[in-house]
Amino acid sequence: MKAFFPLIGRELGLAMRHGADTVAALLFFVVVAVLFPLAIGPEPGALGRMAPGIIWVGALLAALLPLERLFGADYEDGSLDLLLLSGLPPALIGLAKAISHWLTTGLPLIVIAAPIAVMLHLPSASMLPLLVGLLPGTLTLSLLGTAGSAIILGARRGAVLLPILVLPLATPVVIFGASGADPGSLPAAKLQSLLLESAFFVFCLPLCPIAAGAGLRAAGE
Amino acid sequence: MSSSSSSVAVPRTGRGLHRFANPGRFLRIAAKIQPWLTASAILALVPGLIWGLFFSPADWQQHDAVRIMYVHVPAAWLASLGYFGIAVASLVGFVWRHPLADLAAVEIGPVGAAFTAICLVTGSLWGKPMWGTWWEWDARLTSVLVLFFLYLGHIALTRAFDDPERGYRAGGILALIGVVNLPIIKFSVDWWNTLHQPASISLTGATMASSMLDPLLLCTLGFNLTFAAIVLARIRAAVIEQRIRAQLMARASSSAGDAA
Repeated sequence: MKAFFPLIGRELGLAMRHGADTVAALLFFVVVAVLFPLAIGPEPGALGRMAPGIIWVGALLAALLPLERLFGADYEDGSLDLLLLSGLPPALIGLAKAISHWLTTGLPLIVIAAPIAVMLHLPSASMLPLLVGLLPGTLTLSLLGTAGSAIILGARRGAVLLPILVLPLATPVVIFGASGADPGSLPAAKLQSLLLESAFFVFCLPLCPIAAGAGLRAAGE
Repeated sequence: MSSSSSSVAVPRTGRGLHRFANPGRFLRIAAKIQPWLTASAILALVPGLIWGLFFSPADWQQHDAVRIMYVHVPAAWLASLGYFGIAVASLVGFVWRHPLADLAAVEIGPVGAAFTAICLVTGSLWGKPMWGTWWEWDARLTSVLVLFFLYLGHIALTRAFDDPERGYRAGGILALIGVVNLPIIKFSVDWWNTLHQPASISLTGATMASSMLDPLLLCTLGFNLTFAAIVLARIRAAVIEQRIRAQLMARASSSAGDAA
């Protein structure tokens, strides 16, 4: 348990050192979001209605980008074995990795989603629901992604495999998240979406680290 | 296959299971079951399909298009049943390290995916005359589509490792995450659908006359037996494949030893 916070610190330190990797995911998100008006057309009404969907799908894909390296580097250079020997339960290693993934990817995505939403003409009444909804949503994506990236350790073509595994499981996040910021829905319906999305996060909170831990243990054998 | 050796202490709860962990014994029993299973599958499926497709009454509203039901509905049931089967086999493989359960989980995958694909294709074909479109974002069609993706992910994952044992473990974890998430995905898709499509045509609600229910039940029995027969044949083939590979490896290493 003592190693839990130092592990998060180590991950953050590594992310700082490889700053370009962290920024790449954000840049990807911005570029994807900018491509949509180019493809759909600049009409504000249509863009505003699609903005939550664009931002959610973009955030989902951007959150997947750094996942392959989440355990991959540790697996290749052997530090994963040391982590497993450190006495920290594998599930907590998974949780620490998920937290660090969220801090380096999910949190910046929420911050950058606000200007993107303005550029996509999202009605201002939907702005706060979108950003609040992204909080449990990105957390859930980090958890699901951590479990997925622990499972694919040592697999051939793991980077291609990861989205196929994680995206179907993320269906509820996209549905609840995007409908929570839908400009056409009532405040009560938005709140309902947010609560359901949070419930899914709470459900994933114990499940995904345990699954990630099982995957790590299998990889360490 | 060390679990079949008598020196390993077998936990009490797994003792009944481990009686069938011996691949040789499994092959002997399965070889006896296989012809009966295959024959009964053919005996149920062929008359069931002929009855449903040619001799059952046409629906007063859907006319002959209703006959797709005799393929679509059993395939849909097997789609979810198959994934549940993978999860159960994975759990048994996880808890008791049962070698045949691992193989079963891997071998059910493509069969279940094929039945899910049948369900999707027949659903699409049924949608054209009924809803006027090849694809409707209907809640059930959409959740079956997500289930199909879950199948494909499982199949791709279990076959992506050089060491098959690693594939079993990874696939098992994925199947267990998937099966606990499946009701939530189903709920979210239903909820999404009512949110965006309040007036979708419902095919349920009408009770079924026994002249249609009877062939449907026979078709369902036939589909289930076919599924079981294919899965059993695939597991047998996989066990034999493992043996051949082990023998080839042994021969290669012994000849390499002679050369050295």
